[in-house]
Amino acid sequence: MDVPYSGCRMARVDGLTGPFGCTPAVETRALVKWYGAHPALRGVDLCVGRGEILALFGPNGAGKSTLLRILAGLVRPTAGSVQVTGLEVGKNGDGVRRVIGVLAHGHQLYDTLTGRENLLFAATMLGLDRAAERVAEVLTKVGLETAAEGRVKTFSSGMKRRLALAKLMLREPKVMLLDEPFTNLDLQAAKLLEEFLVTSKAAGVTTLLATHDLTLGFTVADRMAVLQQGRVVFDAGRDEVSRESLRSLFSLHGELWGGE
Amino acid sequence: MVKAPDPMSGQSVERTIAVLTVVGLAAGLYSAFVYAPADAVQGEVQRLMYLHVPLILISYLAFFVVFVASLLYLWRRQSWYDAVAHSSAEIGVLFTALSIAIGSIWGRPTWGAWWTWDARLTTTAILLLVFLGYLMLRTLVDDPSRGATFCAVLGILGFLDIPIIHMSVVWWRTLHQPASMLRPGPSAVAPDMQVALYANLVAFGLLYAYLLIKRLQIEGAREELLRLQMELLG
Amino acid sequence: MIFARRVLAIAWKDLVAEWRDRESITAMCFFAFLVLFLFNFALGGDQTLIRGASSGLLWLAFAFTAVLGLARSVQGELANDCLDGLLLYPAEREAIFLGKLCGSFSVILLVELISFPIFSVLYNMDIWSQLPKLLLITVPATLGFATAGTLLSAMTVGLRAREAMLPFLLFPLTIPLILAAVRGTEVVLRGEAFELAMPWLKLMAAFDVLFLVGSLLTFELLIEE
Repeated sequence: MDVPYSGCRMARVDGLTGPFGCTPAVETRALVKWYGAHPALRGVDLCVGRGEILALFGPNGAGKSTLLRILAGLVRPTAGSVQVTGLEVGKNGDGVRRVIGVLAHGHQLYDTLTGRENLLFAATMLGLDRAAERVAEVLTKVGLETAAEGRVKTFSSGMKRRLALAKLMLREPKVMLLDEPFTNLDLQAAKLLEEFLVTSKAAGVTTLLATHDLTLGFTVADRMAVLQQGRVVFDAGRDEVSRESLRSLFSLHGELWGGE
Repeated sequence: MVKAPDPMSGQSVERTIAVLTVVGLAAGLYSAFVYAPADAVQGEVQRLMYLHVPLILISYLAFFVVFVASLLYLWRRQSWYDAVAHSSAEIGVLFTALSIAIGSIWGRPTWGAWWTWDARLTTTAILLLVFLGYLMLRTLVDDPSRGATFCAVLGILGFLDIPIIHMSVVWWRTLHQPASMLRPGPSAVAPDMQVALYANLVAFGLLYAYLLIKRLQIEGAREELLRLQMELLG
Repeated sequence: MIFARRVLAIAWKDLVAEWRDRESITAMCFFAFLVLFLFNFALGGDQTLIRGASSGLLWLAFAFTAVLGLARSVQGELANDCLDGLLLYPAEREAIFLGKLCGSFSVILLVELISFPIFSVLYNMDIWSQLPKLLLITVPATLGFATAGTLLSAMTVGLRAREAMLPFLLFPLTIPLILAAVRGTEVVLRGEAFELAMPWLKLMAAFDVLFLVGSLLTFELLIEE
């Protein structure tokens, strides 16, 4: 079962020394996950440096969501090790939960509570000081300061996404795990998220971004990885790969990618 | 991983137990239906006791094994313990159901009813329901390791709940109305009857051990299959 | 301190949601009423029979209603993947369990309190003079039911058949509680000496302690996939 460690490929990021000698923010080794007799991940070695944005491409069922769920500590891997900011997921779950922020398919908001109440609840669960103030701050950032008094049930899907983004901001994460965050976003929200990614990166936040959108990946990501059938089949820095070559990779696997 | 037992010694142990079980069951049935005298009051039908009582006692043992194996599984996280708990629970449910069925057949001519809400009978029925739920939960959970954890917790709490269930049922019968006077089994057991009872107890104990070994082998084969599948696909 | 605030926050958001929708509480109360109402027909309107069986009927209605409430509580977390979000907070897993427990317990208890007058009218029982004693029976029974229910919900939440599996696992385990509550209520409603209910109270206490301790020790193991 031992898959040899393929080594850490890492794009150079300002302030870091490069592939050797830096502490990776996210690191998986020989990560394997089986659901019964069905393999979801078949030996994933991934290493993301601090402040890096990694775009994770791959067809549906390639294991992107599983990988992110394992990193978040929601799913226990069958084999292999996972570290987030040097903390071992599974052993130090609370420590990991303190540094990560997640955007997933479901927006994880309570329909019957108002937008503000949702964030206040989050602030209490996170144990934040000056909760009301910080909630007001992030609501302003996403432009929901007045709409937040309404119940989430009445929100448009774009507003729900923005509120979810506000909840993510509230956490001030060091590592962000974003699963298709740009689906269902209105233009304004997409712009907000992109800006947030860029400012976070400047602050040294590491981001894993699972997406179908090639163009978007190229705009924000430092590095691209392609996950297919539970394996990393491609992993390169933005400088090392041209958009055309990646696009040709996409078309090469066209039948597997289904649509994209 | 299921511990792979040494094939030679494992097989010889299994064969010994198989032979002993067959001999034991034959001796048990002989002692129950031929050797032991017919009951003075209940007549021939009382002979069912020699199956009914050992079956229920061994099923209690089986559920105790579930309890211990579940604790060990949560502590050590080795799937072998889970396999033991699962297998033992299946046999326990089988034996409990058989015991209730035999008791029911015995009860019909004796009490004039297939079923009475006697305290012990009721507790046994609840026990059967708890562990039927246990087995059903296991089949419904897709991820085997999650199913194992759920069932370990259920096995432990279910077992610890049994004394509370039993107390409640006993009080329910006694604090409300006089204790049931129709209770199966003679109050003083004749020596010949005791011999037959113990012979059957040993025989069913052996049967339990044999079934457990067989069941664990299936579980081991399943694990081996999964491992091969992982090697092939992984 | 932060632990208690998290427990209260979870219970609070469940109760606020409940208060705004009143969906579960309405459904549960109506269900309890319906069960109590229909049992009358099952017993053929025989007044002595009904009075004799009344506490049993009351608690059967409560048991069914409680399962309904527990299922709704789970449903609320499943919508929008809220459960994932809840588990992603750096909060003690015990706080999450206790928060959900407090929410379910309060809702079930509230429905029971609302059902008492319905019961009193339908079955022609005087419960008002006995209310404190009745609560002494109701609270530990409901607590035990909610505790075991919340723990089992953590096991059944991922199943397609969760609505069927929860009562299937819950009812056999909680038979002691139902028996204790029925007998305790009988003692109270017949105006017998309360000492007669003491063994039942102790039994319920034993059940509650077993399941509370068991849940707090094992909940963390149950929620990780």
